[in-house]
Formats: sequence, C-alpha cells, structure tokens
Amino acid sequence: MTQLALVIDLNVCVGCHACVTSCKEWNTSGQAGPMSDFNPYGADPTGTFFNRVQTFEVGEFPNTETVHFPKSCLHCEEPPCVPVCPTGASYKRKEDGIVLVDYDKCIGCKYCSWACPYGAREIDEKQKVMKKCTLCVDRIYDTNLPEIDRKPACVKACPTSARLFGDVHDPDSEVSKAIRESGGYQLMPEWGTQPANHYLPRRKTQLRIHEDELVRADNPLKIEGRLPKPAMTEPSLDDVTSW
Amino acid sequence: MHPAFSVIFLTTLIGVGQGLFLALFTVESYAAFGLLPAQDSRFYALGSAVALGFLVAGLIASFFHLGRPERAWRSAAKWRTSWLSREVIVLPAFMGTVFLYGAAHCTGFNPVLAQLPSGAPINVTAMLGVAGTVLSFALFVCTGMIYACLRFLQEWHTPLTVINYILLGGASGFVLATALSALVAPGVTGFFGGWAMILTVLAFVGRIASLLRNARLRPKSTLRTAIGVKHPRIVQKAQGAMGGSFNTREFFHGRPAFFLRQVKWLFLLLAFAVPMGLLAGGTTAGSGVLLLTAFAVQYLGLLAERWFFFAQANHPQNLYYQAVS
Repeated sequence: MTQLALVIDLNVCVGCHACVTSCKEWNTSGQAGPMSDFNPYGADPTGTFFNRVQTFEVGEFPNTETVHFPKSCLHCEEPPCVPVCPTGASYKRKEDGIVLVDYDKCIGCKYCSWACPYGAREIDEKQKVMKKCTLCVDRIYDTNLPEIDRKPACVKACPTSARLFGDVHDPDSEVSKAIRESGGYQLMPEWGTQPANHYLPRRKTQLRIHEDELVRADNPLKIEGRLPKPAMTEPSLDDVTSW
Repeated sequence: MHPAFSVIFLTTLIGVGQGLFLALFTVESYAAFGLLPAQDSRFYALGSAVALGFLVAGLIASFFHLGRPERAWRSAAKWRTSWLSREVIVLPAFMGTVFLYGAAHCTGFNPVLAQLPSGAPINVTAMLGVAGTVLSFALFVCTGMIYACLRFLQEWHTPLTVINYILLGGASGFVLATALSALVAPGVTGFFGGWAMILTVLAFVGRIASLLRNARLRPKSTLRTAIGVKHPRIVQKAQGAMGGSFNTREFFHGRPAFFLRQVKWLFLLLAFAVPMGLLAGGTTAGSGVLLLTAFAVQYLGLLAERWFFFAQANHPQNLYYQAVS
C-alpha cells in the first residue's frame, strides 16, 4: 500500500513562503477552478490557500527560538474528515492514500472542516465548495513532465529542501529514512488520526570535544608547550628533522 | 465555533416539530387505552399540520447552511458512515410520516387493522404514530450525533449532547402542545402541561449537567502537540495571513467571554425558569395566551441555548490561529 506524504524539516525551513506562493500559483491555474481571493489589495484581504506558513516563538527572551511551521493537509491514514462527508465528495484514494475532495459532489456544508482538528480545509467562497491540499495530484503523475518535476509544487519551490515528498509506507524511500533517522513526528497524535505527513524536529548541531582530544595522546610525559620552530634553513617536516 | 443561524434554526425548529408530534401521539395512545378522554381527530390534524410547519421551516433553514444547495440531494449517499447523511434521510421520512398521520386524522381514514388482547384497537393512525415516534427519536439521535461524534470537539463529544437534544426538543414540543390544546382541546391541557413541566425540568437538569461537565474540561490538544515542540512557552507570531481566512471566521464566535456568560444566564432564564412559571400559571388558568407566551419565550431561550452550544465548543484548530502577526 502506497501512502504519499510530505516530510517537512522544521530545522531547515526559513519561513520564506515560497511553498505558499508556488502552491497557490500551480493550483489556482488548474482545471479544478481557481483558489479565489477577495480584496487582494484592499483593506481586508482574504482567500483560499492549501498551504500556509506560520511562525511561532519558543522560549523566553533571550533564550528564544523562531520556528517556521508550514501547515497543509496531512493526508491522515485515519482521516476524520472523510466518514463525516454526507455526499462522498471527500474521499481517500486507495492507490496512493491522498485525501481529495470531488468539487462536483461537494455541497459546501463545511462539516468536514469541523471534523478536521488541524484546520487544513478551507472553503472557496466563490465556488462554494471545500478545498484542500491535493499533493498536486495533477502534477505528480503527469508523464508529460520530466520525472524530476513530478513532485508537488511546494516541494519543487522550497529553496532549502525543507520539504521531502514520497511514500511513507516504503521503508527504503527518502521520506521513510528521514522520519526514521531524524526523529520524524506527527501532529496531535492524541486524536489517532495518524497523519501521513511528518515533521522533522529542530536540531542543535553541537561540537563535542572529549578530554583526550585536548591532550596529545602521544605525549607520555604530559609536557605541553610550544614545539621548537625550525629555522627556515632547516629541513622541512616532510624531510628528516632534527627533532 | 462560529454559531451559524441556519443550523441554530434548523435544530431548534425541527426539535419543536418532533416534540409536538410525540406529544400528540402520547395523547392518542393514552386515549386508546382509555386513560384520557378521546380527542377530536381535528385536534390531531391541526397539531400535525403545525408540527409539519415547524419541520418544513427547519428544512428550509438548513438549506441556507449549504454553499451548493442545488446539490443537497447528494447528501443522502453516505448514510453508512455520516450522521449528517442519516439525518438527511430520516428528516424527510419523519416529515412524510407526520403528513400521513395528519392526513389520516383529517380525512377520517382510520380503519382498525387489528385488536390487542385487551380489546384496544390498533388502527392506521396508531401504526403511523408508532412509526413517527421511532423516526422522531431517530432524528433526535442523528441531529445530536452530528455534534457528539466529533471527538476532538470535547464540549460536544458526550452522550449528554444527544440526551439534551431529545429533552430540549421534547420540552419545547410539549409546551407548544399545551398551548394548542388550551385553544382547541382544553380536556388535555393539564396532561400536556404536566409533561411539559417535567420535560422542562429534565432538560434543565441535562443542560446543567453538560455545563458542569464542560466547565471542568481540559483540552487534550495544546500548542505543544499541535506543532510538536516540547516547550512550556510557545507564542504564535504569525498565522500565515494578515487578513482573515476561513479558519479565523468559521471556528471563532468573535465575542468576548463576558458576552458568552450573559448568553448562558439568558438561556437558563428564558428556556427554563420563565417558561416554568408561565406553564404553571397558564395550565391552572387554562389560558392559551399565557401558554403561547411560554412557548415563545422558551423558543427564544432555545435559540440562545443553541448559540451558546456552538460558541462554547473550542475547536483544536484554533491553536494554529491565535495571533495575526
């Protein structure tokens, strides 16, 4: 069973919103209809997005850390939004685990958005149907694109490669390795939704120096100090030195 | 959650219709066993028409909730998994039964189908009444479960939600039945009034129980589990958009906590305390005006109650939308 998903590395995300704009650009141009904006340049702008980057500050000054947090549909393995849909417009694909909305069947009752604890679904105020991340389903299988481009628009746009895309059920895939080796975790595990998307935590890179690395191991007399500096005329270290 | 008036009207109006039908059939079954004087069939026909009117009004209100009302017929598809879909099926079925029940009484087409060993007749309206009662309770359960099945809306995820829908709808329906009977069938006003008061008290107990339960709730989700950072102090600095979004409009009631507390006291007063006084006075005096006032006041109280029901529910997605920038 395939379960396509994103793995988002919070350690590298710089919060540039390139994934947000790239997602909007790709998906608003698709045949499923635009992601409508209202008052884009007015006082109270609003619009439909599949993906948003939020920013959180962790800790107390001066020991703070800024976490940029990209948030989109997590394509849960137990999606709570799917069974509540009265029309079957909301469904999870068996073949690749992507949770999708059939815009032609959706009646815009918003019940699925109530049933999503992550707030991943947004109604399109113009088309009056529920919309959400499709993992760029119209792109990842498009054989007209070169194989390297068959990835979600957000993944292609990320300048720091904070977004990985692949099959989390395949233990040898890039995403599974990242989850396994870099401590990938799921959001709100308490609800048992088993999100397919995972996040990689912030990591501190620290240089660890042991005692014996500070002291020359081949110095049995424990004599530290400046080594005699040979004069320019002396033979070099590569030759035979006097010491 | 943002209280949508379409849903507030839907749930309160069909609650009245369901309760009124249950009240009518209660009297008819009591009368069948000779426990109450038999009523004129015109009383049942009138009552059914009023109940149907409330159900139709509720159905119309529900359409205002939909973005694409022209596709509403599709919503009967997923009855295996969705309580909303089940409600969509049960509501018209119940409306049809109420219509047939009223029509049978109106036209006088009411042949005896069988007889109980005790000699009590089982006629067409009795069969329709039993079917309607089952459907009425099924509809209460569907409506309540739409909210109670959402496990992370902790304020709703309790059997009390379903129980309160049944009790509040039943109480308002019986109050309306009392008022109607005072106008056209004074013989049963005392019977209806007694049950209306019992149901109002029970509904009060149920609602107080859910208020107490919700006051002690501790949210399961925190910002720590929401973004997966284990630190006691996390503050949102940006939510990804400077203007509002669907997420900031749909899941917040947008009122201060003070307003919420006022609505709570208002509905406790209007839905329970005031109607109890009016019911007691109206039933003893047999005054239709007083009883209609009791119904109107209680209905207003139920609108406030339903508003509060939605506003009080705190959706975990709100954790992601605490600060604009």
